[in-house]
Amino acid sequence: MSKGFNWRFLLIVAFLLLSVVYMTPTLVSKLPSWWSGILPKEKIHLGLDLQGGSHLVMEVDTPKAVEGALDLIATDLEDSLTAQTLRFKHIAREGGDKVKLTLYDKATAETVQALIKKKYPEMDLLPPFEEGGFSVLQIRMNEKVAADRKDKSVSQALETIRNRIDQFGVSEPIIAREGLTNIVVQLPGIKDPKRAIELIGKTARLEFKLVDENVNPAIATPGSIPEDDELLMEKRTDQTTGAVTETPLVVKRKAIITGDLLTDAQVRIDSQFNQPYVAIDFNSTGARLFDQITAANVGKRFAIVLDNTIYSAPVIRERISGGSAQISGSFTDKDAADLAIVLRAGSLPAPVKIIQNVTVGPSLGQDSINKGLMAGLIGVGLVIIFMTIYYKVCGLVANYGMVLNIIFLMGALAALGATLTLPGIAAIVLLVGMSVDSNVLIFERIREELRLGKPPKAAVDAGYDKAFLTIMDSHVTTLITAAVLFQFGTGPVKGFAVSLSLGIIINLFTSLVATKVVFDFALNRMNVKRMSI
Amino acid sequence: MELIGKTNIDFIGMRKVSFIISGIIAITGLVGMIQMARGAANMGIDFSGGTAVQLKFTQAVHIDKAREALAKHGLKDASLQDIKEGNKLLVKVGKTTLATGKVADTIEDAFKKEIAGNQFVVESSTEIGPSVGDKLRKDTLTAIVISMIGIIIYIAWRFDFKFGVGATIATMHDVLAMFAVFYIMNKEINLLFITAVLTIAGYSLTDTVVVFDRIRENLHKNLKESMFNVFNKSINEVLSRTIVTSLTAFLAAVSLFFFGGEVIHDFALALVIGIAVGTYSSVFVASPIVSLWEEHGVKAKA
Repeated sequence: MSKGFNWRFLLIVAFLLLSVVYMTPTLVSKLPSWWSGILPKEKIHLGLDLQGGSHLVMEVDTPKAVEGALDLIATDLEDSLTAQTLRFKHIAREGGDKVKLTLYDKATAETVQALIKKKYPEMDLLPPFEEGGFSVLQIRMNEKVAADRKDKSVSQALETIRNRIDQFGVSEPIIAREGLTNIVVQLPGIKDPKRAIELIGKTARLEFKLVDENVNPAIATPGSIPEDDELLMEKRTDQTTGAVTETPLVVKRKAIITGDLLTDAQVRIDSQFNQPYVAIDFNSTGARLFDQITAANVGKRFAIVLDNTIYSAPVIRERISGGSAQISGSFTDKDAADLAIVLRAGSLPAPVKIIQNVTVGPSLGQDSINKGLMAGLIGVGLVIIFMTIYYKVCGLVANYGMVLNIIFLMGALAALGATLTLPGIAAIVLLVGMSVDSNVLIFERIREELRLGKPPKAAVDAGYDKAFLTIMDSHVTTLITAAVLFQFGTGPVKGFAVSLSLGIIINLFTSLVATKVVFDFALNRMNVKRMSI
Repeated sequence: MELIGKTNIDFIGMRKVSFIISGIIAITGLVGMIQMARGAANMGIDFSGGTAVQLKFTQAVHIDKAREALAKHGLKDASLQDIKEGNKLLVKVGKTTLATGKVADTIEDAFKKEIAGNQFVVESSTEIGPSVGDKLRKDTLTAIVISMIGIIIYIAWRFDFKFGVGATIATMHDVLAMFAVFYIMNKEINLLFITAVLTIAGYSLTDTVVVFDRIRENLHKNLKESMFNVFNKSINEVLSRTIVTSLTAFLAAVSLFFFGGEVIHDFALALVIGIAVGTYSSVFVASPIVSLWEEHGVKAKA
């Protein structure tokens, strides 16, 4: 039965050529110039477990984004009420979804109500009530608006993180959203993961706050200071010893300028002390504000606060116009560079928490590749020796099928641009053992048929026919679990599932078609009369 | 060449012994699974949450000294494991009061300060927050259940219900056996182990299918012979291919176990166990169950 022999033979050669072509970009480090064009450039990627790098999952603290938005509304209302000379006792965010306004009388309350309706149509205005002689108004952010705000905060955080990573310089990073609140970041081949993680995870909320000189910070406690003040720490790191000293400082709670008003941040070196600092430029609004505030507060100190830690608190010596300022502190060159990056890329809309960090050093990755290859070669060697001894010439045919199986699999992985992980290598090694199984089933059938006295050709045909269903069954069951692993697995496990399922599917072709061609050729064209099995 | 010539072993007749052995294995596996669910077994940090750091020192570090160093920095509950090859030390810390991100730093600091003069590099560092571990545990359980159901449906469709149940019991037996060995050896149950388990769940069916195929074929041929005889004859007929197919996969898994490196050492061990047990179960568990059931059916009809 050599029906379609030529076709089958050509198909094998075509697949072989395709596999080699697809594998070339992976195997050849520098492609010749004529290659680019129509030939594939897709490579087999190495997973982070093999090339080293960091896999991070970050959770955005989305409720904080809503709180931030409400804080902004509260500040904005304060400003507008002051501007319209409407007197109020207190305006502040209450809980996670409300802003509470305490006003002196009902008439003002009504005016304010109208103002809020006009200014914030998307907010719910709760019925006003009296409390201790004051009129109280509450506005609430409804769930839909809050959900929208949370969603935006995650996409904003993602953009900011992407920006920071781009500026930090990582090749081929993967930054993607996962679920409602999570962001996945993959940094392949990163040299200093700790620094990168710090850079990515920093909220980087920059604020300029006036120092309250009326309170002695040495004896101040969070309870004893005025309500609109807060107690923050100024951190200084000694460059030579690395010791960190903290000095308390009482500042106004309300920031006079925030990092949103920046246009640029650059590292400069102080020529006098040879110390790095970060030079910042404000936009026009920021420049105007900075000009006004410095003019009004000459002789006082303002604190430069980043994520609730004071970097420095210089005295305002003179009015600063022109919209530039500098942040000096006790930083190293790297600290200053990272600070400039986060200031340029902007702050995160809400703090992020790293909930998963898998970092593999490059040495371990290389070690894994070497050992995986070693195990693979030994596995292949053992199987080849066993099959040759056990099935003689037919064993060689099975071995050829197995080698084809591996080559096709590598070609397919390259064509798909798949990621090879260490478990993926393990799957390939396992596949070496499994791929000859199909041929074992066929050969055992052939032996049975031969014992029944059938001629070789009939025995081979019957062997392939009868073993077919058994092979299908065993492949389908393995595919079921591989598919489930692919669906539920992460990273390395997914790599395992991809290699295994592709390999199993290819095995159907190599064990049923590719090996049969050899038998057909030998039995029909070469007229082999005796089976070596 | 032939490993095994024509055999005539009464496999079904050995069912009493094999059922007792398998029963013990299955119960141990179940105990292990329950202990895992309770968090009493050696769970990998990918499921339990926590931090694992692998360090490579320039000189050998005594494990007690390392433990002392960690205890001084508030990590006395850390579990330590030294990897013989290349002065490596694996430090694992479960859930702590420290924030995620701080534990790995603390571990590094501890060694920098307490074991000064012995340089080290961080080969890998993994930190898993508790919420991630919980999600992964749920996902894994779903994955196991779905693949089991998928296999039952497929086998039931290809053969019949009785064979489907027999194959599934054999598969579960293999899964439990892997859990049993890992539980007894106090090996870490992590995502890679579960991957191995699911792979074996799919693979061990291969052997079962080979046996079942032959049984079905012979059942159609020999309508007069006793059920037990047909089963025994079928198993004996396919015995050599059952062993040879397992042997090739076994060779590959063994080479992974010995040469694949520390990262997949336990994963390869799980595969080796799974392949061995899978072969045993297709002969000694799956077939006897179906034969008993079929025999019962024949008697009931008579």
